Amino acid sequence: MDRLLELEGLFWDASLQTLYIVFTTLVLGGMGGLLLGLLLHTTRPGGIAPQRLVHVALNVLVNFFRPIPFIVFIAAAQPAARLVVGTGIGNKSLIFALSIAATFGISRIVEQNLVSVDPGVLEASRAMGAGRLRTTLTVLLPEALGPLVLGYTFALVAIVDMAAVAGVVGGGGLGAFALTYGYRQYEPVVTWAAVLMIIAFVQLAQFAGNRLARRIMRR
Amino acid sequence: MTDPAAGARPGAGSEPLIRLRDVVRAFPARGGGEVRALDGVDLDVASGEILGVVGYSGAGKSTLLRLVNALDRPTSGTVTVAGREVSALSERELRTVRRDIGMIFQQFNLFSSRTVWGNVAYPLQVAGVPKAEHRRRISDLLHFVGLADKAHAHPEQLSGGQKQRVGIARALATDPQILLADEPTSALDPQTTSEVLALLRRVNEELGITIVLITHEMDVVRSLAHRVAVMEAGRVVEQGDTYDLFSRPGHPATRRFVDTLVEKGPPARALDRLRERHPGRMVTLSFREQDASPADVFAVFVERGVQFELVHGGVEDVRGRTFGHLTFTVTGADEAVADAVARVATLVEVTEHATRDDAGGNA
Ligand SMILES: Nc1ncnc2c1ncn2[C@@H]1O[C@H](COP(=O)(O)OP(=O)(O)OP(=O)(O)O)[C@@H](O)[C@H]1O
Ligand SMILES: [Mg+2]
Repeated sequence: MDRLLELEGLFWDASLQTLYIVFTTLVLGGMGGLLLGLLLHTTRPGGIAPQRLVHVALNVLVNFFRPIPFIVFIAAAQPAARLVVGTGIGNKSLIFALSIAATFGISRIVEQNLVSVDPGVLEASRAMGAGRLRTTLTVLLPEALGPLVLGYTFALVAIVDMAAVAGVVGGGGLGAFALTYGYRQYEPVVTWAAVLMIIAFVQLAQFAGNRLARRIMRR
Repeated sequence: MTDPAAGARPGAGSEPLIRLRDVVRAFPARGGGEVRALDGVDLDVASGEILGVVGYSGAGKSTLLRLVNALDRPTSGTVTVAGREVSALSERELRTVRRDIGMIFQQFNLFSSRTVWGNVAYPLQVAGVPKAEHRRRISDLLHFVGLADKAHAHPEQLSGGQKQRVGIARALATDPQILLADEPTSALDPQTTSEVLALLRRVNEELGITIVLITHEMDVVRSLAHRVAVMEAGRVVEQGDTYDLFSRPGHPATRRFVDTLVEKGPPARALDRLRERHPGRMVTLSFREQDASPADVFAVFVERGVQFELVHGGVEDVRGRTFGHLTFTVTGADEAVADAVARVATLVEVTEHATRDDAGGNA
């Protein structure tokens, strides 16, 4: 307990870093995943803009990246991170790898939620003279919004989980904090403080996501 | 929103509003080959008319309808709407054509993410109608379909009939010339069905909008359609005036559909019972407005000195015109009866029911 009080400054700093890492990833990976998921959905046979080759190619790509365990992926992505964000270590490199992994993961979540939209509604939009882009933005996405919010909430929790391995590339946050000051220094109290903080984040995110989704779906 | 000029009488003899010529739509079949959902369809729809399209499941009705607003394209043949060959237009060119063609669906297909108001506003937004005009237009439409008080409700708060009325308001938003309706009442109970049908009739009569209506319920056709096209296995096997089709169906498929509403003569079981009680020849006479009246027929019987008795039948009404299949037993001297029946057969259509004695031989 005393040790935790000594580390208080670091603890709060790690908490903020986790928030920063997770939300930056959610925004970047969320946009990437949305785009990729939309492409997967619209290009599939019978979709809004069927493109067999594109669809197959994207499918293979997603299926290639998704099964890679994040702890392996983050190491493998280091050279690419150096190229893109200029460094292979630290939070930048971590967020880079996280965003890519999240893009692939979220794309499937998006695709699955879009499939649940009744194709008849899309056909109605088309029958009214709406083009593909308009139908996608003003019918497809709004119709799937409630489930999408739940899907993103799920993704957020998964990102918190993935972000905990930050230590591999020298990134920060609660995961690295628990590993460095709790686990390695035999301070279970410190470890548990980090765990509780993560649980609090997750609970809060899930609560907010559920509420938002319910509001959207009940309107 | 009414355009009186468009309300011309059906079939005014001018160029048809919708014209399909030798239309084939083939889909690749599972396990190779192809399925011809449409197999050489010729069809004209006149401006201002309500055309009912009937046929069993899989006959190709929906496929046909989706060609009219080019949601789908024919494998061969042409589809012309208001003089433009829609089957040859690009997706972009079609956007303007589609604003002139409203569509309603069996499952309504309302946007659940929008209110009733938002649903009706959508086609206006798509068509780029200035925002200032939305209010008045949407309010007019909601009054027309009787849902002004539901403007801010969400679709899931509405009954099936109300949903379809929103669908109709939405389909009419851009003031179309044509309304395509794919089984619009199949998901509704009989009470709401007649409400929706009454509304569709107003759409046709007050707004002069041409309606192509798909259904498998002959009731719907009888109460609404000016003309009927009967489809079977991708072909239009019979088409014509609704009254003519009901009173004298030509094709077996048409007869099966008409039979669901009006039976020509007593059904087999009733026939046996009738025969036990009534001796003599049994004939069903089909009366139509343009043919002889029952009084003319009775006069023939009386003149030939035969007795007759009405044992089965009734009078049917198709949009204000009547016809009927009446079954009589005719008794008397064999020769007089034969003579009377032969004479009557020159006046109206006669269907003879085999007598008990030769029933076995005819089976
Ligand atoms: N996209 C498609 N791909 C393959 N086959 C199709 C497709 N659309 C329709 N068909 C086939 O074409 C035929 C006609 O279908 P269609 O939907 O036009 O029938 P329908 O008369 O509207 O039937 P229902 O009363 O069940 O709605 C059916 O055999 C159907 O399986
Ligand atoms: Mg159909």
